[in-house]
Amino acid sequence: MQVDPRHRFDNFIVGSANRLAVAAARAVAESPGAVYNPLFIYSSSGLGKTHLMGAIGNHVSSHASSVDIEYVSLDDFVEQLHAAIASGEGERFKQRYQRVDVLLIDDMQFLTGRRETQTELLRLLNAMQGSGRQIVMSSDRPPAEIADVDERLITRLAGGLIVDIGTPDFETRIAIMRAKCEERGVKFWPGVVEELGRLEFRNVRELQGALNRLIAFQTLGGEQIKPEDVLTVLGDLPEVKIANREGSARAPQANEFQSFLTDIASAVAQHVESWKARVAEAIAYWTGEGYRTAQLERLLQESAPPANWEAILRGFGATVERLKALEQQATEVDGALGGNEVFRDPERLRDAEILLDRALAGATPPPGPSAAFTRQGFEVSSSNQLAVRAADDIVAEPGKRYSPLFIHGPSGVGKTHLLNAIGNELVDGSGGATAVACVSAQVFMDELIEALQEGTVERWRARYRSADALLIDDVQFVAGKERTQEELFHVFNALHSEGKQLVFCSDRPPRELDGLEDRLRSRFEGGLVVEMQSPDRALREKLFARYLAATEHEPGPELLSYLAERPMASVREIIGTVNRLVAAADVAGAPLTLAVARAELDPELSASSRPATPAVVRAAADTFFLDDEKVVWEWTDASTRMMEELK
Amino acid sequence: MSLVNYATREITCKIVYYGPGRSGKTTNLHYIYGQVPEDRKGKMVSLATQTDRTLFFDFLPLDLGTISGFTTKFQLYTVPGQVYYQTTRKLVLQGADGVVFVADSQARQLEENIESFQDLHANLAEQGIDARAVPLVIQYNKQDLPRDLILTPAELNDALNFRGVPEFGADALHGPGVFETLRSISELVLKRLSQPVR
Repeated sequence: MQVDPRHRFDNFIVGSANRLAVAAARAVAESPGAVYNPLFIYSSSGLGKTHLMGAIGNHVSSHASSVDIEYVSLDDFVEQLHAAIASGEGERFKQRYQRVDVLLIDDMQFLTGRRETQTELLRLLNAMQGSGRQIVMSSDRPPAEIADVDERLITRLAGGLIVDIGTPDFETRIAIMRAKCEERGVKFWPGVVEELGRLEFRNVRELQGALNRLIAFQTLGGEQIKPEDVLTVLGDLPEVKIANREGSARAPQANEFQSFLTDIASAVAQHVESWKARVAEAIAYWTGEGYRTAQLERLLQESAPPANWEAILRGFGATVERLKALEQQATEVDGALGGNEVFRDPERLRDAEILLDRALAGATPPPGPSAAFTRQGFEVSSSNQLAVRAADDIVAEPGKRYSPLFIHGPSGVGKTHLLNAIGNELVDGSGGATAVACVSAQVFMDELIEALQEGTVERWRARYRSADALLIDDVQFVAGKERTQEELFHVFNALHSEGKQLVFCSDRPPRELDGLEDRLRSRFEGGLVVEMQSPDRALREKLFARYLAATEHEPGPELLSYLAERPMASVREIIGTVNRLVAAADVAGAPLTLAVARAELDPELSASSRPATPAVVRAAADTFFLDDEKVVWEWTDASTRMMEELK
Repeated sequence: MSLVNYATREITCKIVYYGPGRSGKTTNLHYIYGQVPEDRKGKMVSLATQTDRTLFFDFLPLDLGTISGFTTKFQLYTVPGQVYYQTTRKLVLQGADGVVFVADSQARQLEENIESFQDLHANLAEQGIDARAVPLVIQYNKQDLPRDLILTPAELNDALNFRGVPEFGADALHGPGVFETLRSISELVLKRLSQPVR
């Protein structure tokens, strides 16, 4: 239904009986959805409800052409609803109305007894109010007096502003008639309009009827009507009541209280500072929605409007939306969290986020340390003892001693083993209570990418932030990966500020990691940076002994010593060597002896069987010489030695 | 009493009808009460003696519903006019947002009017309130009595209304002037809402 373009504010005559209604309608037209929502206008028939609704519609559409305005009488609404349901297009009907920005519904009194329309309307009002879209309704009686209407709907209707339009007073009547005469281009004899104004009509429509009669009489009769003729011309109109005639006793008005109330309402509306009224309305709305509004209530204590009060109101709305989203997410993870009070208090947004984080983290904890790597299984020597000591300290007091601990060293020296061992010790030390995230940087990054794809970054982040310790292996991989570094930076800060333990492993020290952001570098260096070196001889011997013991072959001391002499860059190489020897022995079908080992590892040397370095020398060398090069390992034969001495 | 409680979003106006004994203060309240529609009617509390004189005070709560997001309530009080209820008068006057002085228009009551009016100022001053700052309206009641018994509003103005506050002739028994007075004092009180916090 179209809004009648003749219904405008500028041709609506304002008097004391409708001042409040007009002021409210104007406020609504100027900022739809922001002030009185819903606006409910009621009055007896013919006093200008439809005109005011039309004026709102016209004003809005002339100021913002993109706004979707729907003007509909309740009867039409019911008819459309029935037609939609009958043709199976109920959903389309709903969608159509959900797109409307300003909904104007006339003749709400016809709601009586229409249950399904009431339900549909209630749903629509909720949706529109929730998204800040304006509803204006009119009726011939206040909401509470519309019979047989759902209580919930009544409270919705009454939740905004209810205004009434009273019968126009004498001055307003005169003003209305003068405006009408001007519009029609009719001129009356002076006093005629005033004479007509003295008659009390029940509404403006009847007044217009009377005026039309006078106009017709004057135009058809071709004679100017005199004031004294007015009653004669209108004499047989049943609604004409003569009032305010000279000498008539002043009868107390029947609705003295009502008119007092109207005046007070407009005085309050005028004097209560409008910003406070807005805030108060917001409080009423959000309280009704079940949210705590202490923040807004404090705003009301201010004597002057804070410069950013509108921003605060908007911010409050936004926070509530955020809380709603958080609550929904939380409910998906754990139904019991729905309705938790932190989701009802915008001032506890942080708590709500933490609660959600916990819920999400609990649902899918980050990867933990691998049980295969134990502290017992980790051999210590001078090449790695600093790192191991630091690790032991961390396990004793997580987060207190060295956080972060940054372990670097060449590949295969046992960094991963130590890292996982720390993780396992932390878990065991707390009886399993400590949540340890132990992950390689590569997995960390892959998970992030996956989370980005699925739009679940927050959940992913929450998993790591909820950990009690974060251990990241091969952290050199984050170098040059901006997003991963950023996430790592935030996770680092979140955990570090809470005193949680952080351990990183890398093949290089932080300062040598090209493409590592300074903010991460400085944080890594802010803890303890320790190096794990290639295994020294003592460690090599221990490791060979251990790995060979695990096979069926019993290594003799000579074999062990021979193997330990060989420079090995990493533990991995040692394991590789052991595997190679075992395989060679198996192929030869013989036990693993020094000879087999030599043949496998030094084929060119094993041909000329040279005497082995005496064990005493080796032991001495290990004890006294730190530099391998200073030790003469291969002694010449006895004759050469004698010649040397003789020289 | 604070007029506007932003925390509870309430506007509460306390209006006190002051004046000499038998000037018609309670009659004002009764007339107003009679005009209030049933659904808005609070309970009018009247503590009257057997001879229908106000013994302590009358209290008429008026619930005006929600206006601009504020629950608006008016509380109308009367004080006992008789000279010897001084303490009660002071008590009722405490926290008043506005005062209606109901004067008896009968010529022979002029002295009582003046005395009561001075009493009002003295009581306000005693509570540390500047009488000029309190919204005040004067009602000349019983204007319906025969001309020869009463003074005209102009004559009464000369005697009482030296501050030039709004004044209304009234016939509280039958209604004329009652709501005009109430409307005027209410608007004066509400006007102070927009003024800076005192």
